[in-house]
Amino acid sequence: MIANDPNPHRRLDRRAAIRTLLDRRDDLLLVTGLGSTSWDAASIGDDERNFYLWGAMGAAAMVGLGLAIAQPRRPVLVVTGDGEMLMGLGALATIGVQRPPNLAIAVFDNGHYAETGMQESHTAGAVELTGVARACGISEIFDIDDELGLREFALRLRKPATTLFARVAIRADEPPRVLPPRDGVYLKTRFRRAIGVE
Amino acid sequence: MSKSASTETPDWRDQIFAALQAAQIRQVGYVPDAGHARLIELVQGDPEIRAVPLTSEEEGVALAAGAWLGGKRAALLMQSSGVGNCVNMLSLAKNCRFPLLMLVTMRGEWAEFNPWQVPMGTKTQPALELMDVLVYRVERAEAAAETVAAALDIAFNGDLATAVLLSQRLIGAKRWVG
Repeated sequence: MIANDPNPHRRLDRRAAIRTLLDRRDDLLLVTGLGSTSWDAASIGDDERNFYLWGAMGAAAMVGLGLAIAQPRRPVLVVTGDGEMLMGLGALATIGVQRPPNLAIAVFDNGHYAETGMQESHTAGAVELTGVARACGISEIFDIDDELGLREFALRLRKPATTLFARVAIRADEPPRVLPPRDGVYLKTRFRRAIGVE
Repeated sequence: MSKSASTETPDWRDQIFAALQAAQIRQVGYVPDAGHARLIELVQGDPEIRAVPLTSEEEGVALAAGAWLGGKRAALLMQSSGVGNCVNMLSLAKNCRFPLLMLVTMRGEWAEFNPWQVPMGTKTQPALELMDVLVYRVERAEAAAETVAAALDIAFNGDLATAVLLSQRLIGAKRWVG
C-alpha cells in the first residue's frame, strides 16, 4: 500500500502495461532500467532492439537520450522503475534542456524497490515524478493509471513530436522473473546490428 | 607589429577540438570547467556536434553508451572531481565494452589554491584505473592533440574506455585573487 496514493485500486498490472506499450512496436527502440522493467520487457519476448540495463542504476534515461539524439528518425522508449529514475533524477533536467522529439520516458511507479525487498521509495512518500519532469521543462506529461491512458501514450510515442514523460502507476507486486540475456557485449552488438549501424 | 594568424601555432585546445572533429565525434557531454571553456565554446559552435550539458558527470557515461548504440560517437568533458562521480557508471562501459573518451582537466595537483580539490585530484588516475579505464596524461601543449587522437583511436577501434588527463600545469593554475 502506498501512503499517499489517493486511489490505491487504480493501478495497472506491470506485465500488461509493458505489453500495451510494445504492441505493434514497428521500429521502436527500447531501453529498460535495472531491474524489474528489464524482466517486464523480457516477459513478452526478447528482441534485438531491446537494450536491458542489468546495472549502472540511474543510467536508463540518459542512455535513451544519447540514443534518441543519435537516431532522430526512430522513436526511442525508456521504461524504468521509480527507484532507478530517482537515482538519476538529474537526467530529467538534462533531458529537459535537450528535448529530442523522438524520446519518451515511462516510469513504472509502484512506490517501492521491488528487487530489494519492497522497501518504500521516495514516490511512496513526498515525491511526484510528473511534477519533477514538468519542472525540468518536459511539457508533455502523462499520469497514467488505466489502460486507456496507457494506450493514448503508446500511440503518441509512435508519432514523435516532442519529448514525453509518463508516470505509470503499477501495483507493487513481483511477477515471476523472466530474465533477458545479460552479456553486455552481446546486447550492445546485436542492438547495433539490428538497426544497421554495425 | 602583429603576427599573422596563419603563422601562429593554434592553441592546444583548438587542436584537441580538431582531433574530435577528425574522429567524427557527434555528441559531447560536459560539466563545465574553466579549463574546458574554450573547447566547450568550439563544440557549441559546431553544427555537426550536439553539445549536451550534464548535471553530473556520470550522466555522460550513459549518454555516450546511448550514442554508440545509435551508431554515433560521443566524448565527455569534465574536471577531475567529476571522475569520482562516474565510478559505478563506468561498469556500463566495461560490461558492454562501450568505446569512451573522457577529457579530464586536472585540479588539486599543481599550485592549487583550494585544498578541497586535492583529495579527488590526487586520486583521479587511480580511480579511473580501478575501473580499467586506460589513462593518458598530457603535460605539454604540443602533446595534447596527438594524445587525444591516440586515445580516440584506441577507444573506437578497440571498444575500450579511455581518459586523457590534461594536467593542471598545462592548463595553468586557477587564480583565486588578483
